Amino acid sequence: MGRIQLEQVSKSFGELQVIPPLDLEIEDGEFVVFVGPSGCGKSTLLRLIAGLEDVTSGQVLIDGTDATDIPPAKRGLAMVFQSYALYPHMSVRKNIAFPLRMAGMDEAERDRRVQNAADVLNLTDYLDRKPAQLSGGQRQRVAIGRAIVREPAAFLFDEPLSNLDAALRVGMRIEISELHQRLGTTMIYVTHDQVEAMTMADKIVVLQSGVIEQVGSPLELYRRPQNRFVAGFIGSPKMNFVSGEAAKPYAAESIGVRPEHLQISSAEGAWKGVIGVSEHLGSDTFFHVLETGLAESITIRADGEVALNRGDTVYLTPEPDKIHRFDARGRRIE
Amino acid sequence: MATKASRAAARMMISPSVILLLGWMIIPLSLTIYFSFLRYNLITPTGNPFVGWENYYWFVTDPSFKAAMINTLLLVGGILLITTIGGVIFALLLDLPMFGQGVIRIMVIAPFFVMPTVSALVWKNMFMNPVNGIFGRLATGMGFEPVDFFGQIPLLSIIFIVSWQWLPFATLILFTAMQSLDQEQLEAAEMDGASWRNRFWFIILPHLARAITVVILIETIFLLSIFAEILVTTNGGPGTATTNLTYLIYVSSLLQFDVGMGSAGGVIAIILANIVAIFLMRMIGKNLDA
Amino acid sequence: MARAVSNGIKLRNTAIVGTLGFLMFFPILWILILSFKTEEDAIRAPLEVLFSSGWTLESFTTVQERSDYFKHFTNSVVIAVGSTFFGILIAVPAAWAMAFVPAKHTKNVLMWMLSTKMLPPVGVLVPIYLIFRDLGLLDTRIGLVIVLMLMNLPIIIWMLYTYFTEIPGEILEAARMDGANLREEVLYVLTPMAIPGMASTVLLNIILAWNEAFWTLNLTAANAAPLTQFIASYSSPEGLFYAKLSAASIMAIAPILIMGWFSQKQLVRGLTFGAVK
Repeated sequence: MGRIQLEQVSKSFGELQVIPPLDLEIEDGEFVVFVGPSGCGKSTLLRLIAGLEDVTSGQVLIDGTDATDIPPAKRGLAMVFQSYALYPHMSVRKNIAFPLRMAGMDEAERDRRVQNAADVLNLTDYLDRKPAQLSGGQRQRVAIGRAIVREPAAFLFDEPLSNLDAALRVGMRIEISELHQRLGTTMIYVTHDQVEAMTMADKIVVLQSGVIEQVGSPLELYRRPQNRFVAGFIGSPKMNFVSGEAAKPYAAESIGVRPEHLQISSAEGAWKGVIGVSEHLGSDTFFHVLETGLAESITIRADGEVALNRGDTVYLTPEPDKIHRFDARGRRIE
Repeated sequence: MATKASRAAARMMISPSVILLLGWMIIPLSLTIYFSFLRYNLITPTGNPFVGWENYYWFVTDPSFKAAMINTLLLVGGILLITTIGGVIFALLLDLPMFGQGVIRIMVIAPFFVMPTVSALVWKNMFMNPVNGIFGRLATGMGFEPVDFFGQIPLLSIIFIVSWQWLPFATLILFTAMQSLDQEQLEAAEMDGASWRNRFWFIILPHLARAITVVILIETIFLLSIFAEILVTTNGGPGTATTNLTYLIYVSSLLQFDVGMGSAGGVIAIILANIVAIFLMRMIGKNLDA
Repeated sequence: MARAVSNGIKLRNTAIVGTLGFLMFFPILWILILSFKTEEDAIRAPLEVLFSSGWTLESFTTVQERSDYFKHFTNSVVIAVGSTFFGILIAVPAAWAMAFVPAKHTKNVLMWMLSTKMLPPVGVLVPIYLIFRDLGLLDTRIGLVIVLMLMNLPIIIWMLYTYFTEIPGEILEAARMDGANLREEVLYVLTPMAIPGMASTVLLNIILAWNEAFWTLNLTAANAAPLTQFIASYSSPEGLFYAKLSAASIMAIAPILIMGWFSQKQLVRGLTFGAVK
């Protein structure tokens, strides 16, 4: 079981409060992603759950029992670190077996579990190598192997893919998602990459300056961002924001439209502008439209076949039901 | 990253070192200062009365103090000059492409591991002895009058011996620094049309500047305390020709048993070393923050 | 990318730098040669020494018979190893704590420890001498072990600290997450990772203690005299016995030369307090 609750948890380093008191509930078996820009407190939050940092106030409950004063080793959680944190002097086999050895498990059972984990993670051929002899992706898998053998109540991942190259990252993303499907164990995953958050999470927690901006499923966040920060952070390319005169007709301080929710036409439309840079991805093309008088540049996503050149005059029309309205404080207006 | 429990444990683990070093620093230091104000001689008991600055006065006005200060300055300055310039040259040379670089480097560095008494005696007897020493024989063989090193140029001889011991140190550090120089920087300079001389002045030397400063500061700390080399070669002589501050203090405290006078000298030596230490500590401290 | 250099240039460089290196090394080589000569041969002209005299082990045996060389060698070993051993014992916890549980004042404490190393030994010669005299520690090995341990403690702590800080904190946290308690963390994770650094620290400190020639000369006489003091006794006319002086010297420096060659890199770190890497 892996139900984790944070009740009025806060953290200060000396005078500096990095996390004001917050509440959060993570259900058993959920894949929860903490996402936010660097320095938003997401890693600190994870470390509070792990017990690697003391909470300044509040309680951490694991399966309903207060774990606030329980040392990390006794919380029944496993963690995969950003640097993988493999023990360089131990073979892959010993690395994976280490938590079992610490738990005093007998050798036969240890071997059986290590073998299992190695099978799952395709590490069987590498068991006798040292971490230094492995590639980045393999090291990552050893770190995950070391976490799964313990059969923990929950897995904690601290930006585990940030040291991998782009292609490998996509592969590992899928592997971790599959692992979650198979094990059904709670996973808490920290990342600054909104694509990772969107693709993997059951539930996303968006953080900024230690404050939870919004909690919800990926599509909820995409469809109904509660404020401008979440609206701008989730989705790629970023949402376009327009404020002032153009927002007035919508009875809002500012409005936001995602690039994929703008229609482009060379004949007519709501907003007039001139094509600047175009990014051709093949399937889609992103046009950066200038001189609209609304914002420095408005990004729109068009079909890959649309043929427009730099300097062409174009008209943009937002899809009426896809316009997000925000008040003066940046909060969503329903 | 730390929890409360580990912080308490940390303090426990540091305290033995702190207590020992505090004792090692404070007890002898305060005794030295205390003794320096007493008339205190081990052979002529005087009841150790408090005499104020008298010891300092006599220590500083003694002609051998002036000689010792000049000798200390010449020793430190001369050795620094030889070892840093020599060290830069050796570091550049060792960085060249060559065969058996490892072996050559070991040969250059070896003198640093020779204990001071050995190197002093070996140079004194096997090389600088006017009759049987190699230098003497070479001179005689070429028809020159052999030099009586410790009679005619005693201070220079000691500078030479100590330089032989410390040149490897400078070389080792500067060579290490040399290796952290980005080769692409040199290639960029070459593309920009810099000659070898310009590359040395504008790229290599500025890159080594920090290491050179470290070499100078650390050597100064050690060189202010040169002792064994003087003790086994010249005993500070002839006259006071090779007496440095350290040796002078040794003479007053352990040969003349004048505790007060020796302590006054000790305080002066500490003040001198601290002037250098302040600069060194500042550099190390900066590095710690980086 | 290193550029390809012709063998001709490499040979030229080798010749120039090799010659200079050989000159630096020559005094050591020379006493090695003289140590295998008889006294009569040792004072002959250099070329004669090399080409027209025999080789013998006589000097080595005479040094032992005449002056109990082995006793001084043992003293050196006890003093160097003993001071390093106790130094490490005290320094490891301190360096561990400062590296892994840094507090607000950690840096100041480190810098202060280092500053004690800047104290010139001669500045505290008198009180140390008097304290030793009163405690009966003059000319004892235990006395020297204490002094050299205290003298090198800042270097030991500093070196260990720089090695420990290179061990990523995440690995220790991983061990904690994996269920290791403090003892297991130190035993199974930290120690194996720290051993190379600790070995270099030990090596450098044995070298420094072995060659220390201020306290060993001033605080010992006949009994506890290590090799520095023993060799110094040759400064009297006995130094004219070239072969014996050479044999004694070679035996005194050989172990350290070998250790030194192994620890060149660490030497830089240890003696510059991390200011040059």
